[in-house]
Amino acid sequence: MAAEKVVQASGLLGWVDRRFPLISLYKGHLSEYYAPKNFNFFYFFGSLAMLVLVLQIVTGIFLVMHYKPDASLNAAGIPVAFASVEYIMREVPFGWVIRYMHSTGASAFFVVVFLHMFRGLIYGSYREPRELIWIFGCLIFLCLMAEAFFGYLLPWGQMSFWGAQVIVNLFAAVPLIGPDLAVWIRGDFVVGDATLNRFFAFHVIAIPLVLLGLVAAHIIALHEVGSNNPDGVEIKAKKDNNGIPLDGIPFHPYYTVHDVVGIAGFALIFFAVVFFMPEGGGYFLEFNNFIPADPLVTPSHIAPVWYFTPYYSMLRATTDIFTWVMVASAAIAAGYFWVKQQGLLKVGGAVAMIVLAVAFRVFDAKFWGVVVMGGAVIIMFFLPWLDKSPVKSIRQRPGWQKWLYGVFVVNFFVLGYLGVMPPTTAGTIVSQVGTVFYFGFFLLMPVWTRMGDYKPVPERVSFQAH
Amino acid sequence: MSTVQPNGPLLGLKSEVTEGESFSMPKGAEPSRRTWMITCGAAGGVAAAAVAVPFAASMAPSEKARSAGAPVEVEIADLAPGGVKIVEWRGKPVWVVRRTPEMLESLKGVEAQLADPGSDRKDVPVPEYAKNQHRSIKPEFLVTVGICTHLGCSPVSKFAAGGSDGMTADWTGGFFCPCHGSTFDMAGRVFANKPAPDNLEVPRHMYLSDTKLVIGRDEKGEA
Repeated sequence: MAAEKVVQASGLLGWVDRRFPLISLYKGHLSEYYAPKNFNFFYFFGSLAMLVLVLQIVTGIFLVMHYKPDASLNAAGIPVAFASVEYIMREVPFGWVIRYMHSTGASAFFVVVFLHMFRGLIYGSYREPRELIWIFGCLIFLCLMAEAFFGYLLPWGQMSFWGAQVIVNLFAAVPLIGPDLAVWIRGDFVVGDATLNRFFAFHVIAIPLVLLGLVAAHIIALHEVGSNNPDGVEIKAKKDNNGIPLDGIPFHPYYTVHDVVGIAGFALIFFAVVFFMPEGGGYFLEFNNFIPADPLVTPSHIAPVWYFTPYYSMLRATTDIFTWVMVASAAIAAGYFWVKQQGLLKVGGAVAMIVLAVAFRVFDAKFWGVVVMGGAVIIMFFLPWLDKSPVKSIRQRPGWQKWLYGVFVVNFFVLGYLGVMPPTTAGTIVSQVGTVFYFGFFLLMPVWTRMGDYKPVPERVSFQAH
Repeated sequence: MSTVQPNGPLLGLKSEVTEGESFSMPKGAEPSRRTWMITCGAAGGVAAAAVAVPFAASMAPSEKARSAGAPVEVEIADLAPGGVKIVEWRGKPVWVVRRTPEMLESLKGVEAQLADPGSDRKDVPVPEYAKNQHRSIKPEFLVTVGICTHLGCSPVSKFAAGGSDGMTADWTGGFFCPCHGSTFDMAGRVFANKPAPDNLEVPRHMYLSDTKLVIGRDEKGEA
């Protein structure tokens, strides 16, 4: 490390710097924070996610200037909340642009975050010492899903209302306390004005604050250990005489400029949607949501917004028959603990699995559907401890594992597609297979990541100067 | 199943000093780089300004607010001499006062006590037809916005001269603002040495007939 000379900056900068670590923050996080030089396309999505967060907050602030969270009917018989959104669209100068930016931004947020998570999955960015970054990220994902769900009720259209009705009723499926829990969440016996107002508070204030805190923690944790890269090489392992990683480049100016290119590309696509197809064919702004909420009439086809559909598929797939599949899985797991483990884990594990197998039949499939849907998200938290491969990045994995990841991606898309469609017999079977594959991929990771011939991890990153 | 040697300690705690070049920042000024920096900075500034426009514009009054600010018509046939009618225009109270000859007389003697008897101050714009002693088109009718020019309370009418209504004995009639004590004469002109700096605003208005008045519009168009 170069000798630290305490040099005092002069002028206004010096005055501030003696009272606030401005220069050391700038150096530590920008000009002397070294990131691997071999970042590829998948490394744009972190900064894009931050951009979309800022976008949603800014457009959200301007929407809240005109939106009214009130489910009562106005003089024309339209719910005030719905009417206020139409007011924004038709009467507020440029209100339509701001509204479309916010609705497109919500879908864009999930596109960006899914791709960001996918990068983490394929390059092993969740492996030691980056587990905490991954955990903060999973928490951000959970908050994002909650934020989108609460926000979707606000326009108070038919889809808003009935989607909220269905999801809150999921909580009613919890044994014993379910119905009371649902009433407490709603603030009423049905989704109504009380629900709308509290969802407004959650969407506008509570979750954004939590999100900002989690994003800060996510980045601080990242900067503490430094970023991973597509080759899975730890760049801090090889440093020059000055302590600078040989394969590292300072974040500023290289990646600040690099990320501007990413933003430009994103903006091109984003604004093309905002100006030319903001409804996204009915996926970004669903057609049913242009009808004011009516507690007495359910639309013939309810589906959650596209970014929830893979999980929704898994919920629907958990039928009474499917619980037998879950029983069988628990029985196999019990067998594994009994045969392959010693001592407390042998007995405790087997007993726990048997109890689970019984529970799968005791409680309603409706409840287990909720658990499966939630479990699909929760299981990602455990990824750092499930993956036992000797390498981080997919680049050094055996060929058949690369195919496995490919199947995982296709499976996720198939589940998503099936979630959008009305349920069919064939579709249900496919989603059940897909659910088994999804959970098998993660739960059996300790097994399949110990199999196969891995390539050696290179000493230096692969980088072509350009 | 084959085993593989992972590459060194993942934490990189035991890092080696290796032969090899890390990147290095170019030294000295680079003219072409400066050109690009300025170009990109300028382009980025234009983009930022362009993005800011819709957001700032969205805070302007909407079509609904604009239509709610439309001119208001007032019937004055039923206004008795010495009486006042209050109508709402743009969310503000507008007084139409039918002044008696005595009230008009009082406007002359009080000028020495006023801050701006000729309505010369520029801060609160006065239509040319109101730049006179009675501050109106027709001397008989005063049309003025009933908001004190100090901090926005609405003054109360104190038309009776003298001390009968809680004013001083030399009071000649006008308006009194209860919030901080500013007083105005029967033409809405502010008395000197009071918190309010300006005379009461006269909105643009015109007479559609002898009995009908429209506030918020005159010969020159809408306010």
